[in-house]
Amino acid sequence: MKLKFGVVVFPGSNCDHDAYYSLRKILDQDVKFLWHKDNDLQNCDVIILPGGFSYGDYLRSGAIARFSPIINSVIDFAERGGYVIGICNGFQILLEAGLLPGVMLKNNSLQFICRDIYLSIENYNTIFTNNIETSKPLKMPIAHGEGNYYTDENTLTSLIENNQIVFKYSSNDGKVEDLFNPNGSLLNIAGIINKRGNVLGMMPHPERACDSVLGKTDGRLIFNSLIQNINN
Amino acid sequence: MFKAKVLIKRRLSILDPQGQAVEKGAIHLGLNNIKETRIGKYIEFLVELDDETKASTEVDEYCRKLLANPIIEDYEFHLEKIS
Repeated sequence: MKLKFGVVVFPGSNCDHDAYYSLRKILDQDVKFLWHKDNDLQNCDVIILPGGFSYGDYLRSGAIARFSPIINSVIDFAERGGYVIGICNGFQILLEAGLLPGVMLKNNSLQFICRDIYLSIENYNTIFTNNIETSKPLKMPIAHGEGNYYTDENTLTSLIENNQIVFKYSSNDGKVEDLFNPNGSLLNIAGIINKRGNVLGMMPHPERACDSVLGKTDGRLIFNSLIQNINN
Repeated sequence: MFKAKVLIKRRLSILDPQGQAVEKGAIHLGLNNIKETRIGKYIEFLVELDDETKASTEVDEYCRKLLANPIIEDYEFHLEKIS
Protein backbone atom coordinates (compact mmCIF):
# COMPACT_ATOMS: atom_id res chain seq x y z
CA MET A 1 0.00 0.00 0.00
CA LYS A 2 1.19 3.51 -0.77
CA LEU A 3 2.03 5.60 2.26
CA LYS A 4 1.20 9.26 2.51
CA PHE A 5 4.25 11.42 3.18
CA GLY A 6 3.90 15.08 4.18
CA VAL A 7 6.81 17.34 3.28
CA VAL A 8 6.73 20.54 5.34
CA VAL A 9 7.59 23.71 3.42
CA PHE A 10 9.13 26.59 5.36
CA PRO A 11 10.20 29.90 3.86
CA GLY A 12 13.75 29.00 2.83
CA SER A 13 13.30 25.24 2.48
CA ASN A 14 15.20 24.09 -0.62
CA CYS A 15 15.17 20.30 -0.43
CA ASP A 16 11.38 20.01 -0.23
CA HIS A 17 11.11 19.27 -3.96
CA ASP A 18 13.99 16.77 -3.79
CA ALA A 19 12.09 14.89 -1.07
CA TYR A 20 8.84 15.11 -3.05
CA TYR A 21 10.50 13.88 -6.24
CA SER A 22 12.30 10.95 -4.62
CA LEU A 23 9.31 9.74 -2.63
CA ARG A 24 6.78 10.22 -5.43
CA LYS A 25 8.67 9.40 -8.61
CA ILE A 26 11.31 6.96 -7.40
CA LEU A 27 9.63 5.24 -4.45
CA ASP A 28 6.06 5.57 -5.81
CA GLN A 29 4.47 6.90 -2.61
CA ASP A 30 1.79 9.56 -2.12
CA VAL A 31 3.32 12.89 -1.13
CA LYS A 32 1.76 16.18 -0.01
CA PHE A 33 3.42 19.50 0.64
CA LEU A 34 2.41 20.97 4.02
CA TRP A 35 2.71 24.74 4.41
CA HIS A 36 4.40 25.84 7.64
CA LYS A 37 1.52 28.16 8.58
CA ASP A 38 -1.03 25.32 8.51
CA ASN A 39 -1.91 23.11 11.45
CA ASP A 40 -3.36 20.19 9.53
CA LEU A 41 -1.03 17.28 8.77
CA GLN A 42 -3.66 15.93 6.32
CA ASN A 43 -3.58 12.41 7.75
CA CYS A 44 -0.05 11.79 6.57
CA ASP A 45 1.69 8.61 7.75
CA VAL A 46 5.14 10.17 7.78
CA ILE A 47 6.23 13.80 8.14
CA ILE A 48 9.44 15.00 6.50
CA LEU A 49 11.12 18.20 7.67
CA PRO A 50 13.32 18.92 4.65
CA GLY A 51 16.69 20.59 4.25
CA GLY A 52 17.26 24.21 3.43
CA PHE A 53 17.70 27.50 5.22
CA SER A 54 14.38 28.05 6.96
CA TYR A 55 13.98 31.73 7.88
CA GLY A 56 17.43 32.37 6.43
CA ASP A 57 19.03 30.46 9.31
CA TYR A 58 18.72 33.72 11.25
CA LEU A 59 19.61 33.57 14.96
CA ARG A 60 20.43 29.84 14.88
CA SER A 61 19.58 27.20 12.27
CA GLY A 62 16.03 26.00 12.87
CA ALA A 63 15.42 28.35 15.81
CA ILE A 64 12.61 30.35 14.20
CA ALA A 65 11.07 27.51 12.15
CA ARG A 66 10.61 25.69 15.43
CA PHE A 67 7.84 28.19 16.26
CA SER A 68 5.97 27.76 12.96
CA PRO A 69 2.34 26.75 13.59
CA ILE A 70 2.80 23.36 11.93
CA ILE A 71 5.57 22.37 14.34
CA ASN A 72 3.07 22.14 17.21
CA SER A 73 1.09 19.65 15.11
CA VAL A 74 4.30 17.76 14.32
CA ILE A 75 5.16 17.61 18.05
CA ASP A 76 1.68 16.24 18.86
CA PHE A 77 1.97 13.76 15.99
CA ALA A 78 5.38 12.57 17.24
CA GLU A 79 4.08 12.27 20.80
CA ARG A 80 1.30 10.01 19.51
CA GLY A 81 3.95 7.80 17.87
CA GLY A 82 3.82 9.32 14.37
CA TYR A 83 6.91 8.94 12.18
CA VAL A 84 9.01 12.04 11.60
CA ILE A 85 12.25 12.41 9.64
CA GLY A 86 14.24 15.64 9.85
CA ILE A 87 16.91 15.98 7.19
CA CYS A 88 19.71 18.55 7.50
CA ASN A 89 17.89 21.80 8.37
CA GLY A 90 14.97 19.56 9.36
CA PHE A 91 17.26 17.85 11.89
CA GLN A 92 18.27 21.27 13.22
CA ILE A 93 14.57 22.14 13.62
CA LEU A 94 13.94 18.88 15.54
CA LEU A 95 16.79 19.79 17.90
CA GLU A 96 15.47 23.31 18.46
CA ALA A 97 11.95 21.93 19.00
CA GLY A 98 13.25 19.51 21.62
CA LEU A 99 12.05 16.40 19.76
CA LEU A 100 15.68 15.29 19.69
CA PRO A 101 18.45 16.26 22.14
CA GLY A 102 21.49 18.40 21.36
CA VAL A 103 22.46 21.29 19.14
CA MET A 104 24.37 21.93 15.91
CA LEU A 105 27.47 24.10 15.99
CA LYS A 106 29.30 25.53 12.99
CA ASN A 107 31.42 22.98 11.18
CA ASN A 108 34.85 22.96 12.80
CA SER A 109 36.40 23.91 9.44
CA LEU A 110 34.03 26.94 9.35
CA GLN A 111 33.27 25.96 5.77
CA PHE A 112 30.02 24.93 4.15
CA ILE A 113 30.61 21.34 3.04
CA CYS A 114 28.82 19.82 0.07
CA ARG A 115 30.09 16.38 -0.89
CA ASP A 116 29.36 12.67 -0.67
CA ILE A 117 30.19 10.91 2.58
CA TYR A 118 29.78 7.40 3.94
CA LEU A 119 27.54 6.50 6.84
CA SER A 120 28.12 3.58 9.13
CA ILE A 121 24.82 2.19 10.43
CA GLU A 122 25.24 1.99 14.20
CA ASN A 123 21.78 0.72 15.03
CA TYR A 124 19.99 -1.77 12.80
CA ASN A 125 17.10 -2.10 15.25
CA THR A 126 15.15 0.96 14.18
CA ILE A 127 12.20 1.16 11.83
CA PHE A 128 14.40 3.28 9.54
CA THR A 129 17.19 0.69 9.32
CA ASN A 130 15.96 -2.79 10.23
CA ASN A 131 15.16 -3.79 6.66
CA ILE A 132 18.52 -2.66 5.33
CA GLU A 133 20.22 -5.87 4.29
CA THR A 134 23.67 -4.58 3.47
CA SER A 135 26.30 -4.23 6.18
CA LYS A 136 28.17 -1.75 3.98
CA PRO A 137 28.19 1.96 4.79
CA LEU A 138 25.64 4.07 2.95
CA LYS A 139 26.81 6.69 0.47
CA MET A 140 24.95 9.98 0.30
CA PRO A 141 25.70 13.71 0.23
CA ILE A 142 25.97 16.22 3.02
CA ALA A 143 25.43 19.93 2.38
CA HIS A 144 25.67 22.05 5.50
CA GLY A 145 27.56 24.76 7.35
CA GLU A 146 26.28 23.82 10.79
CA GLY A 147 26.35 20.07 11.22
CA ASN A 148 28.78 19.78 14.08
CA TYR A 149 26.64 17.85 16.56
CA TYR A 150 27.15 18.76 20.20
CA THR A 151 25.48 17.89 23.45
CA ASP A 152 26.42 17.71 27.11
CA GLU A 153 28.08 14.64 28.53
CA ASN A 154 24.99 13.27 30.33
CA THR A 155 22.90 13.46 27.18
CA LEU A 156 25.67 11.84 25.16
CA THR A 157 25.89 8.98 27.66
CA SER A 158 22.13 8.57 27.50
CA LEU A 159 22.20 8.54 23.65
CA ILE A 160 24.79 5.75 23.76
CA GLU A 161 23.04 3.73 26.47
CA ASN A 162 19.71 3.88 24.65
CA ASN A 163 21.21 3.05 21.24
CA GLN A 164 19.94 6.34 19.85
CA ILE A 165 22.93 6.95 17.60
CA VAL A 166 21.79 5.56 14.24
CA PHE A 167 24.41 6.88 11.79
CA LYS A 168 28.06 7.87 12.11
CA TYR A 169 30.38 9.33 9.49
CA SER A 170 32.78 6.63 8.36
CA SER A 171 35.21 5.54 5.66
CA ASN A 172 33.88 3.68 2.63
CA ASP A 173 34.62 0.43 4.46
CA GLY A 174 32.90 1.47 7.67
CA LYS A 175 35.76 2.72 9.86
CA VAL A 176 34.51 5.41 12.23
CA GLU A 177 37.52 7.64 12.81
CA ASP A 178 38.31 11.36 13.15
CA LEU A 179 39.71 11.32 9.64
CA PHE A 180 36.23 10.67 8.26
CA ASN A 181 34.47 13.23 10.42
CA PRO A 182 33.60 16.08 8.03
CA ASN A 183 32.38 18.64 10.53
CA GLY A 184 33.64 17.96 14.05
CA SER A 185 30.51 16.17 15.33
CA LEU A 186 30.86 14.42 18.68
CA LEU A 187 31.67 10.73 18.09
CA ASN A 188 31.19 11.29 14.31
CA ILE A 189 27.42 11.47 14.91
CA ALA A 190 25.46 11.98 11.68
CA GLY A 191 21.99 10.83 12.73
CA ILE A 192 20.09 10.09 15.93
CA ILE A 193 16.68 8.81 16.90
CA ASN A 194 14.44 9.59 19.88
CA LYS A 195 14.01 7.05 22.70
CA ARG A 196 10.64 5.93 21.41
CA GLY A 197 12.15 5.26 17.98
CA ASN A 198 9.72 7.22 15.80
CA VAL A 199 11.66 10.47 15.22
CA LEU A 200 14.87 10.40 13.17
CA GLY A 201 17.18 13.35 12.56
CA MET A 202 20.08 13.14 10.13
CA MET A 203 22.41 15.66 8.48
CA PRO A 204 23.10 13.65 5.28
CA HIS A 205 20.52 13.75 2.50
CA PRO A 206 18.90 10.37 1.69
CA GLU A 207 16.44 12.10 -0.66
CA ARG A 208 19.37 13.18 -2.83
CA ALA A 209 20.54 9.57 -3.09
CA CYS A 210 17.46 7.89 -4.57
CA ASP A 211 17.51 8.52 -8.31
CA SER A 212 20.12 6.31 -10.01
CA VAL A 213 20.86 9.09 -12.48
CA LEU A 214 22.67 10.80 -9.59
CA GLY A 215 25.01 7.85 -9.23
CA LYS A 216 23.91 6.72 -5.77
CA THR A 217 20.74 5.13 -4.45
CA ASP A 218 21.48 4.25 -0.81
CA GLY A 219 18.97 6.82 0.39
CA ARG A 220 16.20 4.52 -0.84
CA LEU A 221 17.22 1.91 1.73
CA ILE A 222 16.23 4.18 4.64
CA PHE A 223 12.86 5.17 3.14
CA ASN A 224 12.13 1.61 2.03
CA SER A 225 12.89 0.25 5.47
CA LEU A 226 10.30 2.58 6.96
CA ILE A 227 7.74 1.90 4.19
CA GLN A 228 8.05 -1.88 4.66
CA ASN A 229 7.66 -1.56 8.42
CA ILE A 230 4.54 0.57 8.23
CA ASN A 231 3.01 -1.72 5.60
CA ASN A 232 3.61 -4.76 7.78
CA MET B 1 8.15 51.31 27.86
CA PHE B 2 11.59 49.79 28.15
CA LYS B 3 14.50 49.28 25.85
CA ALA B 4 16.01 45.82 26.37
CA LYS B 5 19.64 45.11 25.58
CA VAL B 6 20.53 41.43 25.46
CA LEU B 7 24.02 39.96 25.39
CA ILE B 8 24.38 36.31 24.41
CA LYS B 9 27.67 34.57 25.00
CA ARG B 10 28.75 31.10 24.04
CA ARG B 11 29.73 29.09 27.12
CA LEU B 12 33.46 28.97 27.76
CA SER B 13 33.37 25.18 27.59
CA ILE B 14 32.11 25.33 23.98
CA LEU B 15 34.70 25.76 21.29
CA ASP B 16 34.26 28.92 19.23
CA PRO B 17 35.83 28.22 15.83
CA GLN B 18 34.46 31.50 14.48
CA GLY B 19 36.32 33.44 17.18
CA GLN B 20 39.47 31.50 16.46
CA ALA B 21 39.23 32.23 12.73
CA VAL B 22 38.68 35.93 13.34
CA GLU B 23 41.67 35.99 15.68
CA LYS B 24 43.84 34.71 12.82
CA GLY B 25 42.89 37.97 11.10
CA ALA B 26 44.25 39.89 14.10
CA ILE B 27 47.57 38.12 13.69
CA HIS B 28 47.65 39.09 10.00
CA LEU B 29 46.98 42.68 11.10
CA GLY B 30 50.08 42.46 13.27
CA LEU B 31 48.03 42.62 16.49
CA ASN B 32 49.86 39.93 18.39
CA ASN B 33 48.40 40.74 21.80
CA ILE B 34 44.84 39.71 20.97
CA LYS B 35 43.91 36.44 22.68
CA GLU B 36 40.84 34.29 23.21
CA THR B 37 38.50 36.06 20.78
CA ARG B 38 34.96 34.81 21.29
CA ILE B 39 31.96 35.87 19.26
CA GLY B 40 28.51 36.34 20.75
CA LYS B 41 25.37 38.26 19.88
CA TYR B 42 23.99 41.62 20.91
CA ILE B 43 20.25 42.12 20.46
CA GLU B 44 18.10 45.12 21.38
CA PHE B 45 14.38 45.71 21.24
CA LEU B 46 11.52 47.62 22.87
CA VAL B 47 9.12 46.19 25.45
CA GLU B 48 5.74 47.89 25.55
CA LEU B 49 5.13 47.49 29.28
CA ASP B 50 5.35 49.98 32.14
CA ASP B 51 5.98 47.49 34.93
CA GLU B 52 9.64 46.55 35.14
CA THR B 53 9.03 43.14 36.76
CA LYS B 54 6.59 42.15 34.03
CA ALA B 55 8.95 43.45 31.35
CA SER B 56 11.81 41.50 32.87
CA THR B 57 9.77 38.27 32.95
CA GLU B 58 8.82 38.67 29.31
CA VAL B 59 12.36 39.44 28.18
CA ASP B 60 13.67 36.48 30.14
CA GLU B 61 11.21 34.15 28.40
CA TYR B 62 12.18 35.58 24.99
CA CYS B 63 15.86 34.96 25.78
CA ARG B 64 15.36 31.49 27.23
CA LYS B 65 13.02 30.11 24.59
CA LEU B 66 14.21 31.77 21.43
CA LEU B 67 17.14 34.19 21.46
CA ALA B 68 19.60 31.90 23.25
CA ASN B 69 20.05 28.14 23.18
CA PRO B 70 20.69 27.18 26.81
CA ILE B 71 22.67 24.09 25.77
CA ILE B 72 25.52 26.22 24.46
CA GLU B 73 24.82 29.85 25.37
CA ASP B 74 24.38 32.08 28.42
CA TYR B 75 22.53 35.38 28.27
CA GLU B 76 22.22 38.54 30.28
CA PHE B 77 20.00 41.54 29.70
CA HIS B 78 19.52 45.08 30.82
CA LEU B 79 16.31 47.12 30.77
CA GLU B 80 16.38 50.85 30.23
CA LYS B 81 13.25 52.90 30.98
CA ILE B 82 12.29 55.16 28.11
CA SER B 83 9.41 57.57 27.93
